[in-house]
Order: sequence, then structure tokens, then C-alpha cells
Amino acid sequence: MNMETTTQAIRPEAAASDPASVETVIEARNLDLTFQTNDGPVHALKDISLEINRGDFVSFIGPSGCGKTTFLRCIAALETPTGGSLSVNGMTPDEARRNRAYGYVFQAAGLYPWRSIAKNIKLPLEIMGYSRAEQEKRVNQVLELVELSGFGGKFPWQLSGGMQQRASIARALAFDADILLMDEPFGALDEIVRDHLNEQLLKLWARTNKTIGFVTHSIPEAVYLSTKIVVMSPRPGRIHDVIDSTLPKERPLDIRDSPEFIEIAHRVREGLRAGHGDD
Amino acid sequence: MKSLLAVLTVLAAIIAFWYAACVPMNIKGVLDQAERAGAVVTPAAAKERRYMSEIGLVAKNTFAIGETWVQERPRLPAPHQVAVELWQTTVEKKVTSKRSLIYHAQVTLSATLLGFAIGTGLGILLAVGIVHSRVMDMSVMPWAIVSQTIPIIALAPMIIVVLYSIGVQGIIPKAVISAYLSFFPVVVGMVKGLRAPDAMQLDLLKTYNANTNQGFWKLRLPSSMPYLFASLKIGIAASLVGAIVGELPTGAVAGLGARLLAGSYYGQTVQIWSALFAAAILAALLVALLGLIERLVLKRMGVSA
Repeated sequence: MNMETTTQAIRPEAAASDPASVETVIEARNLDLTFQTNDGPVHALKDISLEINRGDFVSFIGPSGCGKTTFLRCIAALETPTGGSLSVNGMTPDEARRNRAYGYVFQAAGLYPWRSIAKNIKLPLEIMGYSRAEQEKRVNQVLELVELSGFGGKFPWQLSGGMQQRASIARALAFDADILLMDEPFGALDEIVRDHLNEQLLKLWARTNKTIGFVTHSIPEAVYLSTKIVVMSPRPGRIHDVIDSTLPKERPLDIRDSPEFIEIAHRVREGLRAGHGDD
Repeated sequence: MKSLLAVLTVLAAIIAFWYAACVPMNIKGVLDQAERAGAVVTPAAAKERRYMSEIGLVAKNTFAIGETWVQERPRLPAPHQVAVELWQTTVEKKVTSKRSLIYHAQVTLSATLLGFAIGTGLGILLAVGIVHSRVMDMSVMPWAIVSQTIPIIALAPMIIVVLYSIGVQGIIPKAVISAYLSFFPVVVGMVKGLRAPDAMQLDLLKTYNANTNQGFWKLRLPSSMPYLFASLKIGIAASLVGAIVGELPTGAVAGLGARLLAGSYYGQTVQIWSALFAAAILAALLVALLGLIERLVLKRMGVSA
């Protein structure tokens, strides 16, 4: 498979462990996006400049309307910025999309009810033309990654909400893009399931070494998961603060009670409050 | 069990209403007959009876009530008369007989199925075009809607005449009328079904850089299945109506429509009603068959929750 060899070649496995070779994967320069609506223009993103390095786990946090989802959608070429520049893997976002540079996880699992879990995960593989044997292999791999081995034959309605969302993550991982974009993937789940999935997501990130962009409006989630937290504020959507996390890469759930964690969470909260101050 | 009781109660109520309706509907005919046979009826003169209300006649001649349910050519045949006629013309007649309802039903059925196939095919094709092309959406959809505002009973003779003039006759004109009635629900249902996937589903495919074809086969078509089957059920019933209507203006000698027509020529109300019931039963069977296919298809698709 042509695709596969190229992504494999681009992906330097050692990069993350070697701090000397920091490689920028996503770069935004003075990004602007104005939607034309019936109520007049809406300034969704204003002057966004940000660099995301390979292997980063970047959270975007902010109140509704701050443009965090819009920015993620710009990276995915699902929206087109009206100003500034944005590059993904050194390409324009649309070229990156055509090169299947990223997997995207939506807030709803969005599994096809007429396909089994395994067949759902095969969907992108079928579209991208992987061989049947390769499809099987990858389905088993990613099912194992999200701890759903043995559930391939089940249909979505037979799974809980959390399991469905894991399956949708598996689907986004199946074609091994090295960027994973997640738009409030756990927003609709209850806190306990969410904790569990956060823990799993960190493990998965450590194992796969992907670059992850993660939209959330939960402060603990953002602090627990991220190496970099981007605090955004609304009207117009802009970056208020970028916090580089000082937490170690290894993060058990109880790290959330540590003073370091609480300090970062505090800074995020302060940022959110300040961003909200002007309305 | 409880629901069965409710269903039977409704059925009994309908039949009771039907029997009750037979009494005033048929009382004049019964009294005329009785008078000719020498019985004493009130009032005695047919002229007087003509201007009396049916209910009044029934009240004055209660002895004749039983007769209203067994007349040979009643205005409104009683349920058991229709049932007996149905039995005799289906089970007791050879299928090849011109008086067998099965024979007539099969003539109408073949036109129905052909028309349904054409209508469904056309409907799906139009829907695919409408969903994928804005131009088609704007140019075809209004005509599809307009086409259904013309009463089929007015259009059917024209279709038959036009097709006859270019040498097409037999089953085809009937099937064309059938198709004309059945394509519309399929178009409307399929357009709705093919547009059923939400923005997120479409975005997901975009992130895979899927092309239109893949989007159609992997997302739009499977999403549309429940809508398609709902439309097909309406479409097949409409097809049957179309085939029957198509038999009326040609003076066809075979088919349920022909049977209706012959019945009305000769005042054979029992025959008309049994042909109507045959058509209704046929439609019910076809819809049930589609329901079964739907269940099987959706089960295979795994959405039988």
C-alpha cells in the first residue's frame, strides 16, 4: 500500500524521545476566519498563531463560541480560514486531508448502525483501498489498542456509549495517520467513564506517539491529558494563553490531586475567567 | 391476548355496521319484490314508498329485515354474500376460468408488478439525480409534484390512446399508468433517505477524502433503506390502483378492473364488491410481502433493534 509506506517513512519513531529533534507538525500564523451569516459576519477566529510539535498532546479549552472546534476543523480542512496561514505536515490543510494526514473523532461516535464494529473500523480502510488481509490485521490492532478486542462482531447498539466512542477512536486510528484530532470526544459521557477513557487515551498516546489535538471544556480533562493547553476566549475567538504542562509524561489518575496539577488547573481557570471578563 | 380482543371488537363493529347499513340500503328493493310476490307491505303502493325514508320503511316492515341480507342483486351486499362470492370465485373455480378471481387478480398483478418495477427504478434514479445535482433538484422535483396533481382517472385514457396510436398495447399501457403512480412516493422517500446522513457523517467521509461514489454506496444508500421501504409500501399499493384504473377505459376483458366494470354494467353488486375485496387483499399481501423483505434486509444490515 502506497499510503502506508509514506506515512511510515515520515514518522520518525525516535523523535518524541529525543528532545533535540523537535519537529513542527501544525503551524498557524495570524489565522483569521469570519463566517458570513444571515445576521451579518461572525468573527470566529482572530489572529491565531500556534505551533504544535510532533508528539504533542494539545488541548483547546474555552467557553462555547471561542472557536476551539472551528480551529480544529480548520486544521482538518473542514473549514477554510479567511486570513493568515495554516500548514499541516508542511502542506496546506486540504492537501494534508487528501493525504489522509489525520484521523478525526467527533463528539458523537457516529458509527454506522448497519455495520458491525469491525466493519465500522474498516470503513476508512475500504475507502482508502487497503487489501482485505491488511484491513483484518489493522482492525485487530486498533481494537486491541482501545481495549475492545472481541467486540468486532457486535453492532453499535449492543455497546455502551463509552465503548462506542472507543470504537470511533479505533476507526480514526485504523489508517495510522500520525495526527489525531478529537472534538470533545468524551463530552457526552459521564464522569466515571470519562476518567477511564482519559486514562486509556493517555496510554494509547504513549504507545502510538501520535500528535493529538483535543477540544474540551473540562479543565481537569485538559490538564490531565495535555502537554500543551491552549486557553481560548470568545467574540472574537482568539488564544488567551498557552500553557506548557510541567506534569510528567507518566500520569496516574491520582496525579490530579498533586499541587502541580492544581496549579496548572488554577492557571487555566484564571485564563478562562479573564477571557470571559470582557462580556 | 388483550390486543387480539380489541382487534376482534373493531372487526365485529365494522361487520355489524355493514349488516345494519344493508337494511335501509336494500329495503326498497326487498319490499318491491315482496309486493310482486303477493305479500302485504306498508304502504302498499310502490309510488308512495318511493318518497318515504328508508328508515321509516324499515320501521313499518320489520318482517322484511332478514330479506335485505340475502337479495340476489342488492344495492349493498351483506358481508356473507361477498364472502361466499369470494370463496366461489377463488377456491371453487379453476384458475384458468374467466370467472375465477385468481385469474383476474393475476392479470392485474402482472401489470402491477411490471409498473412497480419501472416506477421504483425510475424513482430511485430520479432521487439519486436530485440528491447529487442541484439543477435536477430544481428542474425535476417540481414536475414530479405537478405530475401527481393530475387525476389519474383523467390521464389514464390519454396514456392508453397515445400508446395505442404508436402500437403499444396489452400489459404495457397498464404498467405505465402503474409506474406513473408509484414512482412519486419512491422519489420523495429516496430523496429524503439519501439526504438522511447528517453533517457530521458527511464530514467524517470528507476526512477520509472519500469520493462521491463511495459516499453514495457506503453512507447514503444504506441510510436510505428504511425510507425506501416505507415508500415502496405506498408505491406498491399505488401501482395496484394504477393497474386497475388502467383496465377501466380500455374495456379490458380480464383483470380486477375489468371485473369491476363488468359488475357495474350488469348490476352485479356482489361481483363488484368481491372484486374490490380481492384488490384490497392483493394489496395487503403485497404490502405484507414488502414488510417481510424489509425485515430481512434490515436484519441482514444489523439494524433490527
